[in-house]
Amino acid sequence: MSTGISQNRTSQSRNQGTRRRWRPLLRDSLLYLLLTLVAVIVIFPLWSALTISLLDDQQVASYPPLLAPTSLQLTNFVRALEQAPLLRYLFNSIVQSSLVMLGQLVTASLAAYAFAFIDFKGRNVMFLVFLSTLMIPWEATIIPNYLTVRSLGWTDSYMGLTIPFVATAFGTFLLRQFFRTIPGELQDAATIDGCGSLRFLTAIVLPLARPALGTLAVYSFLQTYNQYLWPLLITNDQQMRTVQIGITLLQDEERFAFNTVMAGVVLVLLPTFILFIVGNRQLIRGLTAGAVKG
Amino acid sequence: MTVNSSQGLASQKSAGRARLLSPAQRRQIRKFLLALAYLSPSLLIFLAFVFIPLVRSFILSTQLTDPLGRSVAFVGLTQYQRLWANPQFLNSLQRTLLFVIYTVPTTLVAALGLALLGNLRLRNISLFRMIFSLTIAVSAATASLIFLYLFHPALGMFNYLLSLLGLQSVPWLTDVRTALPSVALVTVWLQLGLNTVILLAGMQGIPEELYESAMIDGASGGAKFLHITLPLLSPTIFFLLVVDLLAAFQAFTQFHVLTKGGPINSTNVLVFSIYREFYFNGQYAYAAAQSIVLFAIMLIVTIVQFGVIERRVVYE
Repeated sequence: MSTGISQNRTSQSRNQGTRRRWRPLLRDSLLYLLLTLVAVIVIFPLWSALTISLLDDQQVASYPPLLAPTSLQLTNFVRALEQAPLLRYLFNSIVQSSLVMLGQLVTASLAAYAFAFIDFKGRNVMFLVFLSTLMIPWEATIIPNYLTVRSLGWTDSYMGLTIPFVATAFGTFLLRQFFRTIPGELQDAATIDGCGSLRFLTAIVLPLARPALGTLAVYSFLQTYNQYLWPLLITNDQQMRTVQIGITLLQDEERFAFNTVMAGVVLVLLPTFILFIVGNRQLIRGLTAGAVKG
Repeated sequence: MTVNSSQGLASQKSAGRARLLSPAQRRQIRKFLLALAYLSPSLLIFLAFVFIPLVRSFILSTQLTDPLGRSVAFVGLTQYQRLWANPQFLNSLQRTLLFVIYTVPTTLVAALGLALLGNLRLRNISLFRMIFSLTIAVSAATASLIFLYLFHPALGMFNYLLSLLGLQSVPWLTDVRTALPSVALVTVWLQLGLNTVILLAGMQGIPEELYESAMIDGASGGAKFLHITLPLLSPTIFFLLVVDLLAAFQAFTQFHVLTKGGPINSTNVLVFSIYREFYFNGQYAYAAAQSIVLFAIMLIVTIVQFGVIERRVVYE
């Protein structure tokens, strides 16, 4: 076995003189070609959306479809913003997502603190209680939740859009993992200095946990902003529609051609793409920490 | 605020019982109440919007309801009997399972390919990694709208591209046979970003020395993938399998935007059926029974995964 391999290597090194120069170059070029091809396929739907959003009414109805825009005219964007209450939808979604994000940061920080720093009886049971919420699909509880929100008069309100989501088991686990890396001596020192547990949390733990809080913030904002079924059920008033519902309503209206709808789609995607570019690394590092360790 | 006051409450209570309890016991009670105070905001929300509704879903499924969702009579398991007797529900079940089979393996394999490409040691590779993970930022609603155009029978891009290749056009969303695979295609594209990102992170966690020693032993690229990458990646793949399966069972948006359950119920998956029965047909109890079935299926899937598949996963 080992002799075979060493023979193999000597024959390889004999050829290496001539191969060394062009072989890596060829290999890399082929790999770049493959990478580019795959990237084009993955990005193609988004490219199409952008292209269509820049076409005029005649171009969008013509065949064959254009693969790239011919001019940079923003008529469709103006139309999407003026003729549909897209700005109002965007505003609603951003308010909803920000409130859920803040709520989750607060409740998850508090709960994670209890799991990480307080050695109490029943901690494992509580942990299972939190864990079990991840096993219960939202769809299994959606009818009673809809009835509850309706009976509270929370339909068409930010209350109905936010309150059911301001607790998160996933976020709690994420923060707990991070809190546990904070040395226990820090807590002892704080207690000796007469620092109460809430002070310790806000003054010492949370500033140290900023990366994990950032991950949770980005994650919960994205999740909420992209919600569909729940806002579809509990909002009927156009003033309270969120943007994901609003944009599909645009499609249902006959008077809007694909170019206007796609301009709307591009506008709706804009906040999440900015968030993706700004918070990408943060999000990935935080989300994968748990997943990779298993 | 709440924390401070309940802390005060805790010390008052334990002061009252001071003579009965040892100092250690008192400390334990105080710790428990303190922890409870910190957990209470989350617990209250979970109680109100997860645990009680789950019980209510089950109770609702044993009732007869009026069109406003109010219980009229207890009917036991009649709603479930109605489900099993209804071909439309059995069709929903079958469609849901097919959708899961179409999407989950495809997503995992495609994402594995993307992650392997993104893990190459090349200049500007981070640009490609970013493109491969881009769909993380795309919502199901916007993705569906984009594909609605791409699928368009006359003006759509997909049929145009097929015609360039000399192929026949495909009816995509309008045919009973192609509608579900078409929705699955959108879903795979949508899930690619998250899957690729997590696989990439998993690959980067594999120690470099393993590949180096494999190279010294003369292992081929394929052998390295089969004997190093894949086994060490198995916890990550397992995690994604759970995530993707649950996401596939819960998919709704794509169906609502693209097909509304049609044509002829060929895309009427379970969650869409629940939505239609209670929101449009006012069949609250009947829909609740369906949602309990969904819950049971997902529970079984999760238990099977953790019980059977996880044992084969290699943890370091």
